[in-house]
Amino acid sequence: MTLYADKRQALEDAFIDREEEAGLPRGKPRSLTRDAIRRFRSNKAAMAALVVLVFIVLAAIFGPYLIPFDYETPDWSAFTAPPSLASGHYFGTDQNGRDLLARCFYGTRVSLLVAIIATTVSVCVGVLYGAVSGFAGGVVDSAMMRFVDVMYALPYILFVILLMVMFGRDVFLLFAAIGLLEWLTMARIVRGQTLSLKEKEFVEAARAAGVSSFPIILRHIVPNLVGPVVIYATLTIPEIVITESFLSYLGFGVQEPLTSLGTLISEGTKAIGASDWLLLFPGAILVTLLLSFAFVGDGLRDAFDPKDR
Amino acid sequence: MAEPLLKVEHLSTVFSLRGKTPFARPVHLTAVNDVSFTLEAGETLGIVGESGCGKSTLGRSILRLIEPTDGKIVWQGRSLTDLSDADMRKARRDLSIIFQDPIASLDPRMTVGQIIAEPLKVAEPSLGRAARRERVEKVMEEVGLAPEMANRYPHEFSGGQAQRIGIARAIVTEPKLIVCDEPVSALDVSIQAQIVNLLKALKERMGLTLIFISHDLSVVRLVSDRILVLYLGRVVEIGPRRDVFRRPGHPYTKALLSAAPIPDPEVARTRERTVLEGDPPSPINPPSGCAFRTRCPIAQDVCASEPPPLIPVGEGHRAACLFAEDVVRTGEP
Amino acid sequence: MAMSDTQDTQPLLQLADYRIAFATPDGAVQAVNGLDVAVRPGETLAVVGESGSGKSQTFNGVFGLLAGNAKTSGQALFEGRDLLAMSPRQLDAVRGADMAMVFQDPMTALNPAMKIKRQLSETLTIHRGMKRRDAEAEALKMLKAVGIPEAERRIEQYPHELSGGMRQRVVIAMALLCRPKLIVADEPTTALDVTIQAQILDLFRELTADLGTALVMITHDLGVVAGIADRVVVMYAGRVVEEAPVEALFARPAMPYTAALIRSIPRPDREVEAVEPIPGRPPNLIHPPSGCPFHPRCRFAEDKCRRERPPLGEVAPGRLAACWFPFADAKAGTRADAAKEAAHG
Repeated sequence: MTLYADKRQALEDAFIDREEEAGLPRGKPRSLTRDAIRRFRSNKAAMAALVVLVFIVLAAIFGPYLIPFDYETPDWSAFTAPPSLASGHYFGTDQNGRDLLARCFYGTRVSLLVAIIATTVSVCVGVLYGAVSGFAGGVVDSAMMRFVDVMYALPYILFVILLMVMFGRDVFLLFAAIGLLEWLTMARIVRGQTLSLKEKEFVEAARAAGVSSFPIILRHIVPNLVGPVVIYATLTIPEIVITESFLSYLGFGVQEPLTSLGTLISEGTKAIGASDWLLLFPGAILVTLLLSFAFVGDGLRDAFDPKDR
Repeated sequence: MAEPLLKVEHLSTVFSLRGKTPFARPVHLTAVNDVSFTLEAGETLGIVGESGCGKSTLGRSILRLIEPTDGKIVWQGRSLTDLSDADMRKARRDLSIIFQDPIASLDPRMTVGQIIAEPLKVAEPSLGRAARRERVEKVMEEVGLAPEMANRYPHEFSGGQAQRIGIARAIVTEPKLIVCDEPVSALDVSIQAQIVNLLKALKERMGLTLIFISHDLSVVRLVSDRILVLYLGRVVEIGPRRDVFRRPGHPYTKALLSAAPIPDPEVARTRERTVLEGDPPSPINPPSGCAFRTRCPIAQDVCASEPPPLIPVGEGHRAACLFAEDVVRTGEP
Repeated sequence: MAMSDTQDTQPLLQLADYRIAFATPDGAVQAVNGLDVAVRPGETLAVVGESGSGKSQTFNGVFGLLAGNAKTSGQALFEGRDLLAMSPRQLDAVRGADMAMVFQDPMTALNPAMKIKRQLSETLTIHRGMKRRDAEAEALKMLKAVGIPEAERRIEQYPHELSGGMRQRVVIAMALLCRPKLIVADEPTTALDVTIQAQILDLFRELTADLGTALVMITHDLGVVAGIADRVVVMYAGRVVEEAPVEALFARPAMPYTAALIRSIPRPDREVEAVEPIPGRPPNLIHPPSGCPFHPRCRFAEDKCRRERPPLGEVAPGRLAACWFPFADAKAGTRADAAKEAAHG
């Protein structure tokens, strides 16, 4: 008869200390996140896009310190000057003599800031709302989701424009407005994920241990949402940048002399034919930014969606 | 006379499923139907039955992980069914469950140490981090896991090791009752024996009471003191292990025993067999009277009128069949 | 029982030095490592092993169902023709017509969007060139033969309308339609209830006896083996470690792994005091142990076992074992221990 009469016996029978045959996990503990990072790193397209993204972000942050011009001071000697290496205006200047490269730096900063803040708002609100709704289920869930449905039905742009008209053209209001509208889709996604997570056995195990609902949501549901949330957030950012660009293009959004990519593009389109560079450079930056986000988002999705596990 | 540790009285769990069309009336699925039994401290009750018999639902209903719709559960002399949510959470310190799929029952984003510590955090919130860690390591050693593994994640382990983690989590609060829901069914044959022996040893050492749910009769015979056989949510037989296996009182139990594969070619090929025809009926639309009559080799007209009561056929041994005594008589010694 | 020890019965399927390796990012996994197995016409051969033993992959390879990163070598001769050397088209002709496979999950073989009638008759129209009407009549006959009640109604249904047990019967019917010479069943009853399992196993027995089909039953359940097999092949870490007629295997196992496996399972028909688990875990196929793959878990392992791998050798007429120190006779075995008697008493 083999019973685990004492600890030593138990360990021997389970061969815990026979290192070479133990078959115990070795190396560093492999959390799911670490696995995902490893998978992401081996995805060349995604890594390349990440490098480009990081480069753009760093350029937006540190760029302005590297050039002598700023985004609002006109250079009286060069109005609507084409890009030239000699003059120091690498991207050229606009009709007011302002250096385009500097304006691009600042414009990218603003666009990115809007995107990040809006995404953060949408993630925080959306995740909490969706997780609570999905976990609660029943009538509460139905009610909460109907509210989301109604919000969805509202004409988005009209709503933003209304806000702008009522409260004036404040950049921060812009962030808030966009964020408060983006959380809807995040909430839906999170709620769907929660519904399936809720049925998993490890959630049942937590209930069997006596953990109450809210700690279950925070400790078990939310961490397991990381995958879809991160993926969706990276895919939302481009959407937000475009929305901001669009609003700025329409004339809402950031005020002069502060600028954003959208504003730059808007000004640039007016100058097509005469000074193409005013559109080309901000446009190229926007396109590159969006493509990079898309590739990174794709890479994240592949990394978090483990087909081999 | 000592009060039984657990008394389940006329427990029923009925699920309401949506009808086929949006306006159809909801369909009722009676997963657990009027189940009653008692459990003494230190016993192991084996609950057997095939898929759809409600054994998993019964196990979870006893722990109120699925709320029973009718009946009473008396735990340590007090009613469990009437407890408020807050009191129920406190009571869970003495109740544990081990799941069938070891890896699915562990949160993939938590380390093993955190997983095992969770019930302890709830049951003894005043315990400091260091003390908690000590308890976790102690319990890991008891189930045969190296304590250094506490920083690892569930998916890094094999099925058998993961089940040990599940067992560690179940015993960390020193519970009195553990419901084991098919704890070895998903494991390799050679690992099953390891885990079964572990459970038996822990039971001895910690004075546990177990409810062991399984479809595998051989494993159930190995670990149980008493057996409860379920068919379509009803108790069809209950009694001491030896009696139920040697002198089954219900035709279904007889059929189960005769269908169970025996790893011995001589016995397997010469034994008397009752092979059931057809498929088990749907629990949504069970047959009238005795639910087993559609597949029963000795069914008569009278069986369709009412579900038969549990008839005594031995000491502490009862079977829900009008002809139970005949069944016992014609059984093998 | 079609048990023949005669050498002159040409085997239906002969695997010779059969190997399968998978290329994975962690290294090459040698799933099957030099198999020599023969299946004779009309016999029921059980292939027993746990996960990682390679039992399923062996036959997946024979049927050409391996994943893309698999490399096979050696020979798999069906009636003398090497299946591994065939083009997919040639293999198609043999599969379905002369050889058929039944899987654990019937839904791997059944198209959820097609009626049963069509799926069954397709096999016949393609492989036996029958006209559709004749094929449908034959399909109906076969459905009845596999014991599906109300076959006329069922044949018009879709797979999801049938229970698991019935679906498995349909898959068996599909497999038998072309009267194949060999059926390979990979854990066909593992997912089924015990009472349904008994029905399906009975069905296999009847049909193989009536039609003279050879059956390879891949399973980890020794109870199933005892009930249906004529001969048994035990696999461990991609190799055959024991081969014997079924009664001899259970009564007098030659290899410690087989003996340990038998000792570790409880029985439904006897009071068993305790079972003896096999310590440790199945071996890592990327870095297998040196010498005999079972030695880390074998209570009888000696130095030689750690250094050299034992070849599969004859320990008695018709019995093979890959062990340096096989049991001479398990009843009063050279290393039989009292615990074994106690466990089976």
